[in-house]
Amino acid sequence: MKRFLGFVVKEFYHIFRDYRTLLILFGLPAIQLLLFGFVITNEIKNAKIAILDQSRDEVTRRISEKVLSSGYFILEKNLRSSGEIGQVFRQGNVKLVLIFGPDFAKNLDKTGNAKVQIIGDASDPNTANILVNYIQGILSNYIISLNAEKIPLQIIPEVRMLYNGQMKGVYMMVPGLMAMLLMLISALMTSLSITKEKELGTMELLLVSPLKPVQIIIGKVFPYVFLAFADACIIIILGNTVFGVPVVGSVALLLAESFLFICMALSLGILISTITNSQQIAMMISLVALMLPTILLSGFIFPVENMPLVLQWFCHIMPPKYFITIIKSIMLQGNGFRHIAFETGILAGFTLLFIFISVKKFRIRLA
Amino acid sequence: MSAILVEHIAKHFGTVKALDDISFSVDKGELFGFIGPDGAGKTTLFRILTTLIIPDQGKATVNGLDVVKDYRKIRQDIGYMPGRFSLYSDLSVEENLNFYATVFGTTVAGNYDLIRDIYVQIEPFKKRKAGKLSGGMKQKLALCCALIHKPSVLVLDEPTTGVDAVSRLEFWEMLKRLKESGITIVVATPYMDEAGLCDRIALIQDGNIMAISTPSEVIKKYPNSLYSVKSDDIFSLLNDLRKFPDVHTVFAFGQAAHVSFKPGQSAGSSLQDYLQAKGHSGIIISPVQANIEDCFMELMIK
Repeated sequence: MKRFLGFVVKEFYHIFRDYRTLLILFGLPAIQLLLFGFVITNEIKNAKIAILDQSRDEVTRRISEKVLSSGYFILEKNLRSSGEIGQVFRQGNVKLVLIFGPDFAKNLDKTGNAKVQIIGDASDPNTANILVNYIQGILSNYIISLNAEKIPLQIIPEVRMLYNGQMKGVYMMVPGLMAMLLMLISALMTSLSITKEKELGTMELLLVSPLKPVQIIIGKVFPYVFLAFADACIIIILGNTVFGVPVVGSVALLLAESFLFICMALSLGILISTITNSQQIAMMISLVALMLPTILLSGFIFPVENMPLVLQWFCHIMPPKYFITIIKSIMLQGNGFRHIAFETGILAGFTLLFIFISVKKFRIRLA
Repeated sequence: MSAILVEHIAKHFGTVKALDDISFSVDKGELFGFIGPDGAGKTTLFRILTTLIIPDQGKATVNGLDVVKDYRKIRQDIGYMPGRFSLYSDLSVEENLNFYATVFGTTVAGNYDLIRDIYVQIEPFKKRKAGKLSGGMKQKLALCCALIHKPSVLVLDEPTTGVDAVSRLEFWEMLKRLKESGITIVVATPYMDEAGLCDRIALIQDGNIMAISTPSEVIKKYPNSLYSVKSDDIFSLLNDLRKFPDVHTVFAFGQAAHVSFKPGQSAGSSLQDYLQAKGHSGIIISPVQANIEDCFMELMIK
């Protein structure tokens, strides 16, 4: 036990003397969260549009006002002819053109059928889609307000979004980032710290010493459990104070699940380091083989349900997917352990599997 | 009982034969040197002895323990200093020493007697990071770390490579003192001049042991007659000597050339005349006693 403690103390020396890595360890989560929270967002504000109003009557003016006062749009230009449409799009600032047909108010009044056209710039399909939806929403609201005076027959759906009432993107980001950063720190750092000893030749002396493989492995991992756990807390606190992401469920349960996920990622890091001999390869594996699937296949950014079937199977063997499900369930829905027992079990299973393979594969010799 | 017994050990990496059927034994308390150039197989041999790699064939024991089966027990008994500096550069001198002491289940204070002579020399720098020490001090610290658990066998892989001449001498002084305290020491070195400081040496080349004996025995077995030849132009001297009839070998040795003749032949006075005819001035020819390097060169030719 004393040997083991001596080893752990040495590991802490390594970590605390390497200022740069330490800075990354604690700076990265904060910066990432702020970046993802502020920059990557599905809400679009102040999109520039152009309007071609061929009737210039009271109704079109009122609709235009509604559109421009919604906060989503800024009028870049009033067009005079349809010839100008292609030109404004090519200039690149305008994302959408709204066109009112001639005699808009008259047609609406007489035939009840006025023509309006929305042209979006689909070189960025997501943005175009969202903007078009906004305009359609505004238009149909206007129609409903007109109808309210004339016909009493109407269906007005009352929509309520549960767990994230304002549809804030950052609610999605916090769980995703937790999974991503904990994975990065835990797996990358441990795999690096073990391969570093191999590279510097110090592993040669450790192997010749009476330390057991298990002691070396656990000793390496031990400090990172604390560091990663501190990072998890930073993300939760920042998410809560800066972005107002709530923790509806039990904080203790959330921390316990984070702890489990950290152990899983650490054991994965050990596994990587037992099968590689250089820091560079360990880094490549951690970054490419772990980070990309964590981001792409975990349901963090892209919904798993939309993927081709084969990719969906891959998603099911990605541990972060289960962790993201768990945190969302606890943080946003406030569920208890009963609802996430299955996911927890899977994470625990992964952890045991990785540790088992690592201990089996750990080389007690050099070659 | 021998401290180390090696029988017919062979090891190859891919197509490269690192060790080719090597056998030898080292007695308890002996200071045993492996002398050979880089790539001779010294490090491979030492890694087998320290249980770090498994030989392809043959059997090796340390203190009667098999290097493959009883690796765990051997690791308690031996002190190992790898060829490359393998301490933690970001830990201080003191912290490195404490770390190795703890890992081997002992304390610095407990075995201080053994390392005192060496440690006092680096103690003034005990707060300094190991990475910032000079080459000689690094080696002293590494030796302390290898000794801290009072091993019965000390395996040192090129401990003096890259160390200045004065520190090298000091280092060998320390090894002698350690030997007196009963520790078996096996040391590898590419420096021929260090061979004379060992009790016995093995000359190793291309994975084969060419000779194994005491340094004086090795020298005694040198078969040829050997001369040291000097002249004012050493470069053309070497070339001219090689063209001299009956000459066996010519090697540069410091400021002189070592010229050997097969047994029964000698330079005689004809060499002096030959060199003078070639236009050399300041010629000094004197018979010399062979040293380890001469022996090594002779064995290499065979």
